[in-house]
Amino acid sequence: MKNSKAGSRLEKLLDRGEFVVTAELGPPKSVDREVIDSKVEALRDAVDAVNITDNQTAIVRVSSISTGIYVAEKGLEPIFQVTCRDRNRLAIQADLLGACLNGLKNVLCLTGDHQSFGNHPQAKQVYDIDSIQLIKMVKDMRDEKIFQCGEEIRNSKKAEIREPRFLIGAAANPFADPLEWRVNRLEKKVNAGVDFIQTQCIYDMERFEQWMEEVVSRGLHEKVKILAGVTPIRSLGMLRYMRDSVAGVRIPDSVIKRFEDAENAREEGINFCVEQIKRFRKMKGVAGVHIMAIEWENAVRGIVESADLLPRPNGV
Amino acid sequence: MIVAEQKPIGEILKKLPEVEKLLVLGCDTCVTVCLAGGEKEVKVMCSAIRMADKKIGEVTGFSIERQCDREFFKEIEAVVKESDAILSLACGAGVQMLSDYFEGKLVIPGLNTHFIGSNEGAGYWLERCLGCGDCMLDITGGICPKTRCSKGLMNGPCGGSENGMCEIDPLNTECGWYLIYERLKKLNMLQNMMTNQPPRDWSRAHDGGPRKLLREDIQP
Repeated sequence: MKNSKAGSRLEKLLDRGEFVVTAELGPPKSVDREVIDSKVEALRDAVDAVNITDNQTAIVRVSSISTGIYVAEKGLEPIFQVTCRDRNRLAIQADLLGACLNGLKNVLCLTGDHQSFGNHPQAKQVYDIDSIQLIKMVKDMRDEKIFQCGEEIRNSKKAEIREPRFLIGAAANPFADPLEWRVNRLEKKVNAGVDFIQTQCIYDMERFEQWMEEVVSRGLHEKVKILAGVTPIRSLGMLRYMRDSVAGVRIPDSVIKRFEDAENAREEGINFCVEQIKRFRKMKGVAGVHIMAIEWENAVRGIVESADLLPRPNGV
Repeated sequence: MIVAEQKPIGEILKKLPEVEKLLVLGCDTCVTVCLAGGEKEVKVMCSAIRMADKKIGEVTGFSIERQCDREFFKEIEAVVKESDAILSLACGAGVQMLSDYFEGKLVIPGLNTHFIGSNEGAGYWLERCLGCGDCMLDITGGICPKTRCSKGLMNGPCGGSENGMCEIDPLNTECGWYLIYERLKKLNMLQNMMTNQPPRDWSRAHDGGPRKLLREDIQP
């Protein structure tokens, strides 16, 4: 039996080779507990773990770690996200210690959306480190038991080492430019020590398949668990917006056509998503799916059920 | 060179005190080249102030070789003594040096200093260097990721690179890492990008406090 990295439910399921399901839970822009509570109930028993976003699109929200602790108390397993935009290496490491102290076990390391997209475009960006350096920092804290500066993680010279242990995740975008560099970028994250990957939302299945083929041909799928990202479409307008205004999202004309012809875009969105998941399950190297139903958490259970992925396995 | 631009004339007029004698002082080096604060701009600025509805008795224009160098202040000691305030059309370094040298004399900045950059064409300048104190341009094919990437990433490009452009401004801002990728490809040095670059040592940049450079070998 191999040693566990963090002992999270997500880690156990991935190790067991279960096709895992994760979803996203965006914290509210106020201290409105009910928003979190209703999202928690929508996702309860429908997914294996939930990503808690960190000021996503550079808009101030309840912090990812505190929401993660709240969600964990409600019985869901969080994957708290950490971006490099708002905090330097001191603040991030302090937060990692605090997250571990409070029982969180999965972290997702991100660069973070540029502040110009959010509601404080005049803020000073940090980017003291980037996502790849962040992965390495979290891994060194866990495996080498040292801070980024090289000091051991102990309270005093005589105290025992007590390191924070996390299953380390990161994002990958198979669709950004330069296209031919995307698998290399994944490999850099693998070299930095990432354990699992959640991809940018996929609409171009052919391109994703090509990317996966190269991932598999390099054997990277054996070093990192890859969860394919999906975002269910709610309307033709949303689809066009994502095509025209969200960098790094590729939407083929055939998908646009499909939604133009659809009588009910929401139903079609769910159907498309379910078809995608069924295809992912047959693809070599895909270890699960990450469902980013943006402000549409109620759709997740239906998608997971229609994809024949309910009930979710026991994590013990 | 240092690239700066003039503050809007309305802002300058608002900042100007209503004094008997105002000196407008240009700088003949960087800001002359970037058409912000040279001899020509001093003349235009003087006219604008004279025409403005402002109770300023006399406006005199002058320009020196460099405002960031003590040795060039000698020649203007007399004219500064005569003046009640100075509007400096130098970069931030020049304004500060001037304020130090003529302590007690009110100095108003007339420019906004932007960056260390290059002249890219008529009236077009581009930021090229952050002055980070730890140059790595050999690794990135002569393109600075700290300056040219909107997030200053050391291991780019991020997921927001599309058609060679940066997601923050897809019409006007190139993706720095896309440029690096294309350049390294031409140099047959793409392997450089596979190395995971470690976190930077920011103590060598401004985060270490205002930097000084003291060359022991040329001390008297």
